[in-house]
Amino acid sequence: MEILQLTVSGLANGCIYGLIALGFVLIYKATEQVNFAQGDMMMLGAFLAVGLGNADWLGMPFLVACAGAVAGMAAVGWSMERLVLRRIFGQSQVTVVILTIALGFVLRFVAGLVWGHEPLSLENPLAGSNARFAGLVLGLDEVAVIVVTLLLTGLLFVFFNRSRLGIAMQASSQNQLAAYYMGIPVRRIHGLTWALAGAIAAIAGILFATKGSIDPSAGLLGIKAFAAAVIGGFGSLPGALLGGLLVGLSEPFAARFIAAGYSQIIPYALLIVVLLLRPQGLFSQVMGKKV
Amino acid sequence: MTLLETEAVTVRFGGVVALHEVCLQVQSGEIFAIVGPNGAGKSTLFNLVSRFLDPDTGDIRFEGRSLLAQPPSAIAGLGIARTFQNIELFDHASVLQNLLIGRHTSRRASLPAQLLFLPSVRREEIAHREAVEQVIDFLELQPYRERMIAGLPYGIRKVVELGRALATGPKLVLLDEPASGLSVEETRDMGFWIRDLRDRMGITVVMVEHDMNLVSAISDRVLALSEGRVVVTGPPELVQSHPEVVSAYLGDAPEAVK
Amino acid sequence: MRFRFKEHYDQDIRLFADLADGLRYGSLLLGAVLLPFVLDDFLLGEATSVVIWAIAGMGLMLLTGHAGQVSLGHAAFLALGCYVNAILMNSFGLPFPLAFLLAGVISGLCGVAVAIPALRLHGLYLAIATLALSMLTEDIIVLAEPWTGGVIGLTAPTPEIAGLVIDRYAAPDLFYWLCLGVAVLVTLGYRNLLRSPLGRAFIAIRDSEISAQAAGISLARTKAAAFGLSCMVTGWAGALMGHFFYSFNHEVFTIILSIQLLLMIVIGGLGSIHGAWYGAVIVGLIPQAINLVRDAVGTVAVPGLETSLFSVLIVLFVLYEPHGLHGRLTKWKVWLDLFPFCRRDMFRRQKSYLRTERFR
Repeated sequence: MEILQLTVSGLANGCIYGLIALGFVLIYKATEQVNFAQGDMMMLGAFLAVGLGNADWLGMPFLVACAGAVAGMAAVGWSMERLVLRRIFGQSQVTVVILTIALGFVLRFVAGLVWGHEPLSLENPLAGSNARFAGLVLGLDEVAVIVVTLLLTGLLFVFFNRSRLGIAMQASSQNQLAAYYMGIPVRRIHGLTWALAGAIAAIAGILFATKGSIDPSAGLLGIKAFAAAVIGGFGSLPGALLGGLLVGLSEPFAARFIAAGYSQIIPYALLIVVLLLRPQGLFSQVMGKKV
Repeated sequence: MTLLETEAVTVRFGGVVALHEVCLQVQSGEIFAIVGPNGAGKSTLFNLVSRFLDPDTGDIRFEGRSLLAQPPSAIAGLGIARTFQNIELFDHASVLQNLLIGRHTSRRASLPAQLLFLPSVRREEIAHREAVEQVIDFLELQPYRERMIAGLPYGIRKVVELGRALATGPKLVLLDEPASGLSVEETRDMGFWIRDLRDRMGITVVMVEHDMNLVSAISDRVLALSEGRVVVTGPPELVQSHPEVVSAYLGDAPEAVK
Repeated sequence: MRFRFKEHYDQDIRLFADLADGLRYGSLLLGAVLLPFVLDDFLLGEATSVVIWAIAGMGLMLLTGHAGQVSLGHAAFLALGCYVNAILMNSFGLPFPLAFLLAGVISGLCGVAVAIPALRLHGLYLAIATLALSMLTEDIIVLAEPWTGGVIGLTAPTPEIAGLVIDRYAAPDLFYWLCLGVAVLVTLGYRNLLRSPLGRAFIAIRDSEISAQAAGISLARTKAAAFGLSCMVTGWAGALMGHFFYSFNHEVFTIILSIQLLLMIVIGGLGSIHGAWYGAVIVGLIPQAINLVRDAVGTVAVPGLETSLFSVLIVLFVLYEPHGLHGRLTKWKVWLDLFPFCRRDMFRRQKSYLRTERFR
């Protein structure tokens, strides 16, 4: 029974990691940019929902607040691409890494300025209610996290593999110049991708703040999610989710069966092992350069 | 004397056979050209000699010794230098630095000596500079000595890449399409240089080239490849008129050409 | 504009291009040496911190700016140098000079050990692996409590060289000179390296691994040397940092420190020793500038303002001056030299399109 409990809480955490990782992978797949600010976007999304929904702030109905946060973060993602990343279009990945790290710091600062540095929790209809299922007591919030994540991943998977826009996004990532010549509006696609990643970050943030509490440094969670994305193989959406789940599951079990201090280490140790054994992640896409 | 020799090398990429039992022998002091349509395996052959690729079967020998046990970084030290089809220079360094990097195999100074820049290191650096200056004189690169590669025109970069190969003090240079992308005048200069480096420096040249005028003007022997197989080896006139070569380049309508 | 006529190869090789150049750097050094006579203790402490940051910056610059290996984990090596130095002095009773030297050497050896697996990783993946290394360091420090004192941390004993007690609080000027001395030696060694074959090999593997190999450069040996030297210098910076903070624990060496170090050398300008120094000066000046503004306006402290200002600076530099402060200053100098003949398009960047890095 304890194992099951650990599994569910691990899965719920893993879903959050997985969702942030999805954001990374989404942007990477479509634009070949690596967004180190994804964790901070998640944090900002959560704060937007808190700001719109909580009674102390604007006090809107829960679902309206959620929709508002998702829309707001889509706008933030889109404007980050439009105002900043578009200007370094075509430069090396490492430049993008540095730039997005800096943007993440700025987002963190803004959130701290508006919402303060005390942890806040998102008021929601699911808080505190449990589902009883085959003799098992599960927090409804945890169940909701898992369900929403699965739905979202499925939707994105279909989008990338079936829809014209999704395929265009993939094409533009593999060779921007060629995609440009083929008449794919590369720039508009990049903007849309960032908006989508912002929306996903907001959903991850809302789920995170429903389950626990949020403060401006929660964005550092992004690093763990980043580990998840790499473990799952950059460039694979289901892989990102699996990586997230793996990291999420490893934590409670490590804390329970090894020692409390080791649960922190596990994700990164896992990451290093994966990088060394399969340097390009579990679902490798890298091939040799032709000379 | 045979300088470079491949013995029945075969390379497969997945299901594709890039080279099939290719044998060639390059004599010391010759200019040896490799021609063939795109995808014939010309660059693959160079990458084998540079040790960026391993053959599935066969052997590659330089001065009678097998190269297969050598890592890529040991090839320059044995006396084989090369250029690349899509120029691979060090873009954020000056022409001078690029050429000096070519002198890497003849460095002697230890790490502590370099950190302290002992007089021995200074003498060595000056010797490197002198060697590089000769290459600069030979290729007439004086105006570009201090310029960054990133700002240079294509034709000059091509020459710098040749210069870097020469700076290693090679016995054999592999030139991958030395004239591609060059203007008519630049191609003519390149031809002179290639001949000069054989005649004046005694360097053996193996080149992959599409420009048949250049090939027939300067090369002693030509090897034609098609779909990974050797079609014919011989003097340029012979190879150029060989029906299989003509059909490989122009497609299957050999009647009119004959 | 002055034109330097070159008559000897040595003119390209020697430390300073000409007399004026030598005089300029000489007077700069003299000014730095005389600083303790001008500044009060607080500002001298800030200056010391700038010098230590510059040493750490040079360590990372060597690896990232010259050898092209991006590290998001250099806080790990700062920590290593810091703890090794303190442990050697505390537990083994080694004298400061020996402990300090060993701290750098051990960090360097660990750097070489990291380089071996890192050989298989490129660009982004190396950045990720070093990021993980940095995250792990914090936890390992806590777990290795018998050595590191866990969350309580350690205190660094007062350094002593040949009977001279260099107390960071009682004799801030001596401590400043110690740091400055180390920084000058590191700068000289760095400069020497850049005009030697190994420095050129670093640049070669940064710009094209494939043709570096064709030129006879061994990737494994060169990367190991880059990691080793870089981590050695960073370890020394860490050891000095330990003395500077006096007491420290795992919270000093977070991922944020790694990131700040990387951002610092980007602001300063990647690929130049100047860049590391400029970056360190900027890092040192930002808090002072904020203090000045705060005193003038009279507002309360805003947490995170420094990092955020710093980040905005980074964004502006990456967008408008990718070569950092060093690049910007060089352009101004050229503009002044050529005045009034400078054309607008002289510094125009080439448009670049990204091809996927999934193929390399």
